[in-house]
Parts: sequence; structure tokens; C-alpha cells
Amino acid sequence: MFLAQVHVTYKPSILDPQAVAIKNAMHRLAFDQVTAVRQGKYFEITLDVSTAEEAESQIEAICDQLLANPNMETYRYEVKELANQ
Amino acid sequence: MMKFAVVSFPGSNCDEDLYYAIKDDLHEAATIVPHTTTDLSGFDVVLIPGGFSYGDYLRSGAIAKFAPVMPAVKTFAQAGRPVLGICNGFQILTEAGLLPGTLQHNRQMQFICEPEPLKVENNQTMFTSAFQDQQQITLPIAHGEGNYYCDEATLMRLRENHQIAFTYQNNPNGSVSDIAGITNEAGNVLGMMPHPERAVETIQGGTDGLLVFKSLLQAHLRTV
Repeated sequence: MFLAQVHVTYKPSILDPQAVAIKNAMHRLAFDQVTAVRQGKYFEITLDVSTAEEAESQIEAICDQLLANPNMETYRYEVKELANQ
Repeated sequence: MMKFAVVSFPGSNCDEDLYYAIKDDLHEAATIVPHTTTDLSGFDVVLIPGGFSYGDYLRSGAIAKFAPVMPAVKTFAQAGRPVLGICNGFQILTEAGLLPGTLQHNRQMQFICEPEPLKVENNQTMFTSAFQDQQQITLPIAHGEGNYYCDEATLMRLRENHQIAFTYQNNPNGSVSDIAGITNEAGNVLGMMPHPERAVETIQGGTDGLLVFKSLLQAHLRTV
């Protein structure tokens, strides 16, 4: 069993109005040193596969087809083997 | 009678508006078909309505693009037959790869629900032939994610191929090049954020939307 931790974020060129709203809220809370915020999505995906390579190729296919929109998002991930239960 | 299919996904909420616009105002045949339909070959037009299909989970349209009906929508579109996606329908068509680009959050993070002045950029499509060239019209918009985005190369292609069908006169949401609606390269798939089905009777404040459906009817009558 493998656990993939996947982060999907907007490409730097993409406007992220939610993050701007969150940054403004931080400033209202007097966290004036905050200069930039980016918001993304985080997924934990457990796969019943036997090798890390297999987990990685499936995660990439899942990200390309579903989790990330290639027009505006990128993704990165880490895969780790889970100890036997 | 011209036969319109209105595809209803879990979370669609403009399917009945479309159904009644076709039936009561265009006076043609409309059928609401469920997202589980796998054959659309008996229809002349496929309409993908607005709403929040699958709760807009992940991204708007991201789950709907895998709905059981979508292979049939793609087959229908690849055969050159008309497919019109409105609002969430536009979002679904971009996610499904039937139209280029993406609909992002509005630049000001507000859901906008307003009558919106538009311009008909191309009246040489099967969806816009009943309009005058460069006609100024008003259609309601109602969206939080209507900010059309595509890269420079895609925008150039859209312009060169005359794929921009409608633009905003006062860009309400940050869309690239004021884009409110585009067709695919072949011209038989249109996605638009404004709601023509909400402007088909004078009691709704205007009837400009009816001309989208009349255009489709004219195109159909030329082929039969």
C-alpha cells in the first residue's frame, strides 16, 4: 500500500482572487508582514499497488485526467509506502 | 419539429428553463434527458444547461465531464451537430475538451447576477445567424466562475478562426478579451456564460436570447 500526498496549485500566471481575499483578511488581522498568499488543494490518496513506480504513474494519470486542469493548474506529489497493518 | 435534448446532471438547475424556452417560446420539441443517457442520435441539438453539476466539486465541470452521457455528447459534436453549453454547460464543455480554455473565478470573487450588455462578434454561426453583425444585446449572467481564460496562442487562434461569438461590453468578471461566448473551430459547439433561456419572453425583461434558438432553427430548416 502506498500513500500519495498531492498538491494542486494555480500556475504563477493565473489570477488567484481567493488568495487575494485571504491575504486582505490577514492584513485586517494586523499580520502586516504577509506579502503574498497562494491557495491550493491537497489530496491524500491511498493506493493498493506493489511498487512506488506504479503508484507514481497512476497518480500522474489521475492528476492529468481529473485533479488538475492543465490550462491553469500544476501539481506535485510525494509517494510513500505504508507500513503493513 | 426540431428535437432539442436538454441534458440534466445532478445539480443542473437551468434544465427546465431551457425546456420551456424551447417548448413555449420557440415552439419546437424539447426533452430533458438524464446524465445516464448514452445515445443522443435521435436529437437535432444537444443543450448543456446551467447550474452546479456535481456540486461544482473539485472544479466546475470537472466531474460532469466523466458523466455517462458525455461520450454521446462528444460523438454528437464530432459528427458536426450543434451542441450549446450555457454557463455551467460552458464550463463542462471546456473541461471535456470540446472547447478551448477554462472558466476561472470572477476576478472580484463575487457571484454576479445581472442583465449584461453584450455584443454579437460573429453572426455567421449556426447559433447567431438571427442576430445582426455586431448587434448589441442584453442577456442575464449569473455566475461566480465566468472569467474566461486561455493562453495567448489559443486567443490568437480564436480570433483568426472567428470563434469569439459574444463579448461583454463592460467586462464584468475579468474574462480575457471580454469573451462571453466562443465556438469550437468547426463552429458547431458554442459555450456561453450568459443565459439566453432567461431572455425569451418580455416579462423576463427582454427577448434577445430567443434569437440564439431561432438561429439554430433556421440552420436546421436549411438542412431538411
